[in-house]
Parts: sequence; C-alpha cells; structure tokens
Amino acid sequence: MSALLQDYLPLVIFIAVALVIGLALLVAPFIVAFQQPDPEKLSAYECGFNSFDDARMKFDVRFYLVAILFIIFDLEVSFLFPWAVTFHQVGAFGFWAMMLFLGVLTIGFIYEWKKGALEWD
Amino acid sequence: MTAAAVFFYLFACILVASAFMVIASKNPVHSVLYLILAFVNASGLFVMMGAEFLAMILVVVYVGAVAVLFLFVVMMLDVDFAELKHGALQYLPVGMLIGGIFLAELVMVLGSWAIGPGVPSAITAPIPTNVTNTEAIGLVLYTRYVYFFEVAGMILLVAMIGAIVLTLHHKARVKRQSISAQNARTPQMAMKVAKVRTGQGLGSNEISSKDAGEAA
Repeated sequence: MSALLQDYLPLVIFIAVALVIGLALLVAPFIVAFQQPDPEKLSAYECGFNSFDDARMKFDVRFYLVAILFIIFDLEVSFLFPWAVTFHQVGAFGFWAMMLFLGVLTIGFIYEWKKGALEWD
Repeated sequence: MTAAAVFFYLFACILVASAFMVIASKNPVHSVLYLILAFVNASGLFVMMGAEFLAMILVVVYVGAVAVLFLFVVMMLDVDFAELKHGALQYLPVGMLIGGIFLAELVMVLGSWAIGPGVPSAITAPIPTNVTNTEAIGLVLYTRYVYFFEVAGMILLVAMIGAIVLTLHHKARVKRQSISAQNARTPQMAMKVAKVRTGQGLGSNEISSKDAGEAA
C-alpha cells in the first residue's frame, strides 16, 4: 500500500466508527423497543383531522434557481484551488487566464444582480 | 489480497450496485439517495487512483450541490406513482424500439474500437510523486489547456444566464425594501402634528399647513 493511501487510514477508521454507531442506533430500536402497532397509531396525525393532502407538494422553482446559481459559483471556487497552489509556476499567463475566467463570470454575476435574481420576491 | 485491492472491490461493488438501484428503485427520492452513494464511492475510487483533488471536488460539487439540485427537481416533478405504473406498459413498444437502436449503435461503436498504440504505456505509467495532485492539475490547466478552461467559464456563464432567463419571474407590484430611501427619511417627511381644538374634532380642513408649521 502506497504512502498516499496510508494517509487515508484515519479517514477509514472514522467512517467505520461512524457506520457502526449509526447502524447500532438504527437497529437497536427494532430489537429492544416495545412494539404494538395499531392502524390509528401508524396513521399520519394532523391535529385530529384526517390528513388533508399528500405530503408531496410542488416546490417553488425559485429554490432551483438559488441552487443552480450556488453550483456555478461553487465550481468557480473549485477552479481557484489548483490556480492558488501553482500560482508561482504558471506565471503571468496563468494569472491573466484566471482573470479572464473570473471576468466572464463577473459579467454573469452583474447580470444576475441587476436582474434581481438574488432577491426572493 | 492487499488492503488496497479489498477497498477497490468494496468501492467498485457498492458503486455498481447503487448505480443499478438508481434506475431500479420505484421512488425517485430513493434514486437520488442511491446516486449520492454512487458519487461517494466513485470519489473513493479516485482516491485509490491517487487523484485526491478530483475525489474531494466530486464530494463537494456533486454530493454537496448537484445532488441537492436533483432532489429539487424530483420534488418539483410532483410524481404520481399510481399514474406512473398505470401508463408504463403503453410506452413499452416505443421504449424497446429506442433501446434497440441504442444497442445497435453501441455494438457498432464497440465493434470498431481499437486501443491506440500509446495508451497502455500511458495508463500503466507510474504517477509522478514529485508534485502533488492539485499542483499537477494546476500546472497544465492554466497553461496548456487554457482554451478549455476559458470555455468552461463561458459554459458556466451560459448556464447562469439560462437559469435566470428560464426561471426568474418577478411578481408585479411587490413592495421591496429600499434601504437608501429608508435612511433618507426625516421626521418632517414622515409625520405631521396637528393641533386639535376641544369639541371640534379632527376634520380634514382643520389640519392646515399653518398648524403643521407651528408644531415643527
């Protein structure tokens, strides 16, 4: 096993411990807890009424807009990481390449701001 | 079997199984959750190959953002399961026709597939250890592949503008907060003090500008 993978040993142990604890908490109630199911107990409770509607309802499309704008800037930041690491090696060309990239996305950001996409209503 | 091989088979098996469950599970929300599991295992495979940066970006971008987007889409679809099962059979002939066409295309593509002469040596070449993973990407991405990098920026711009054009509809006559207008307000602009004489009440003609001027 290479040195790189050995660095990940703590992560593997962490995930294993988290898995064991999570599964134990999930499985233990099924084994230990007292269960006596009843149709009234298992039905959805809505303040004493029968439930009016399905729990699935249409989301507003504006949530989608917020999420997609978030992803775009998330990707922009992820492009900045290798650039920051190799800042001295890529030189002026790499610097201006990134400035052009950021400039293009800043145009989009200004458009978004002026259109009012960052406002909720 | 070494530990690395054990982990490779663990990640690969869970990846294939969860990818199958994405298309097999009835509930679309469960499909998205299996998709997240597939992404996490794919990032595990990236780590096994030594591509740490790609693995972390896969977790951050795909699990953190794209999966949330998929969940929104699933929630927006408003799927009626009974109706879905009812109409599934009538689309079967068309679906089989399209599936057959795709299968024929895949057979034709894979039939004429040939591995290039330099590929086996490139795949089996040892990963250079003198630069870190992120550094290796950065050294080529902003110099040699700068055209693709800028195209990626353009695509992100198109995605941003497209999403805004398609989904942004402002309601008419919504009152928005204007902070500069709020800060510019003075007591004189906002209120008027009227002298009310006993027994006469506050008729509209009683509030004269003279009274307001005296009070101010």
